[in-house]
Amino acid sequence: MTMAPLELTQDMDVPKISLKGVKKAFGPKVVLDGVDLDIQRGESVVIIGGSGTGKSVLLKSILGILQPDAGSIRIDGEDTTHITGRDRERAMAKFGMLFQGAALFDSLPVWENVAFGLMQGQRVGRKEARERAVATLGAVGLGPDVANLSPSELSGGMQKRVGLARAICTNPEIIFFDEPTTGLDPIMADVINDLIVKCVKDLGATALSITHDMASARKIADRIAMLYKGKLIWVGPVSEIDNSGNAYVDQFIHGRAEGPIQMQIRAF
Amino acid sequence: MNFLSAIGRATLTFLEATGRLALFTLTALAHCLRPPFYFRHIGRQMVEIGYYSLPVVGLTAVFTGMVLALQSYSGFSRFSAESAIATVVVLSITRELGPVLAGLMVAGRIGAAMAAELGTMRVTEQVDALTTLSTNPYKYLVVPRLIAGTTMLPILVMVADIIGVFGGYLVAVYRLGFNASSYINNTWQYLEFMDVVSGLVKAAAFGFVISLMGCYHGYNSRGGAQGVGAATTNAVVSASILILVMNYLLTGIFFS
Ligand SMILES: Nc1ncnc2c1ncn2[C@@H]1O[C@H](COP(=O)(O)OP(=O)(O)OP(=O)(O)O)[C@@H](O)[C@H]1O
Ligand SMILES: [Mg+2]
Repeated sequence: MTMAPLELTQDMDVPKISLKGVKKAFGPKVVLDGVDLDIQRGESVVIIGGSGTGKSVLLKSILGILQPDAGSIRIDGEDTTHITGRDRERAMAKFGMLFQGAALFDSLPVWENVAFGLMQGQRVGRKEARERAVATLGAVGLGPDVANLSPSELSGGMQKRVGLARAICTNPEIIFFDEPTTGLDPIMADVINDLIVKCVKDLGATALSITHDMASARKIADRIAMLYKGKLIWVGPVSEIDNSGNAYVDQFIHGRAEGPIQMQIRAF
Repeated sequence: MNFLSAIGRATLTFLEATGRLALFTLTALAHCLRPPFYFRHIGRQMVEIGYYSLPVVGLTAVFTGMVLALQSYSGFSRFSAESAIATVVVLSITRELGPVLAGLMVAGRIGAAMAAELGTMRVTEQVDALTTLSTNPYKYLVVPRLIAGTTMLPILVMVADIIGVFGGYLVAVYRLGFNASSYINNTWQYLEFMDVVSGLVKAAAFGFVISLMGCYHGYNSRGGAQGVGAATTNAVVSASILILVMNYLLTGIFFS
């Protein structure tokens, strides 16, 4: 009687993503200095932190685009830190990623960008893939007329939204958003926030986002983690962000120049 | 002491670069054999390399053939060996000038384009984006270019051979007053199957090297516009040098 439920609960307890002591340096410059984080299935975690503290590097390390120098990364309990080739491709099939710079394929029209994962990864036919791409574009507020344009014909914010559509079009289990609302107007930013919430709540995806926009962070996050000097100095539920008792977090969320975080600037 | 350490460092850099290139080549070759195959991309690259290079390769070939006929006429007439001109033209073109000149022209055209395209994709994170969309960049970007380069260059060189010989014919018949049918006879008389085949094998090797250098330098480019520029230059220069070196080695293998 006890065996089956035990296995079941064990399976439920395995975090979707588990980071242990992840370190990454570029030459002498230490960017990540032992990051520990567990993200549960269906949870939405937002990483905040100053510009250049290594948030994007952290996402890329989890994706295997960058190799961490030390530590381990587990996806669904499987150690993916050093896997390559077929195994890496299989693990990547679970992911969708919105890059900070959108990283659209400029040789392909917008709809093929969005449908790329469907056509290449899941072998969906061109016609059906196109329909689903246009539907996803609609969800990020872009009309069907945009579908045939080339990415270079779009504005920065539109490119970002196409990148978002590309990341979610295949309904991935895990979605990474690198600054999803940067470069968008406040109304569109809120539409995108709702869309991210919908991906997590309705589709059951696990989300890891980076943002500098605290309104967006409050809306999409279940938990917030703050990266400072290569470590996560505070991780907690979004409801506790205002009384975190952490001076660094307080300074950051209120955007004050004075406080424990000193910007490396000199007067001119 | 400084001098020695400089040599040591240069040697290490060289070995590291060679090792990285070898690893890149082996990985790409392994991916050539395993599905999925992107036939649409292979086709597009074949058109890009084979079809759009025809004008520049054809022009190079026709002028080379013409100048060969002129030069050998002015040289050979000194010892009244004018009848050998047709043979000189056809052998030089099929064995050497066709593949080498076509290779160098295509290296400038295609090697540079590949390095610039892949380099831009690398620095704008498009290559990383491919991996997050369950697509292997080697299979999607490198393999189609390698296959297209290796298969299209022989075809280009075949065309270049014909056009080059025709250029020689034009000059010989219309400018130097040769008899048309005897010139054609002389062209065929001493031409051996091996002359043409060796040229086409060279062409395939050059095509592979051009694509490989374009992809390797583009794929590994770093650091924005400047990095892409450097990758483009390196791709063209290294492909051209490798073509000249391999030409010597292959000639040694075929005709020693
Ligand atoms: N490929 C790389 N090579 C060398 N250094 C790098 C590389 N990528 C990132 N870095 C360095 O790592 C640090 C963190 O970069 P990262 O892009 O992760 O910052 P970030 O936290 O995402 O900042 P932002 O909020 O401005 O996007 C930076 O100081 C950057 O200089
Ligand atoms: Mg970033």
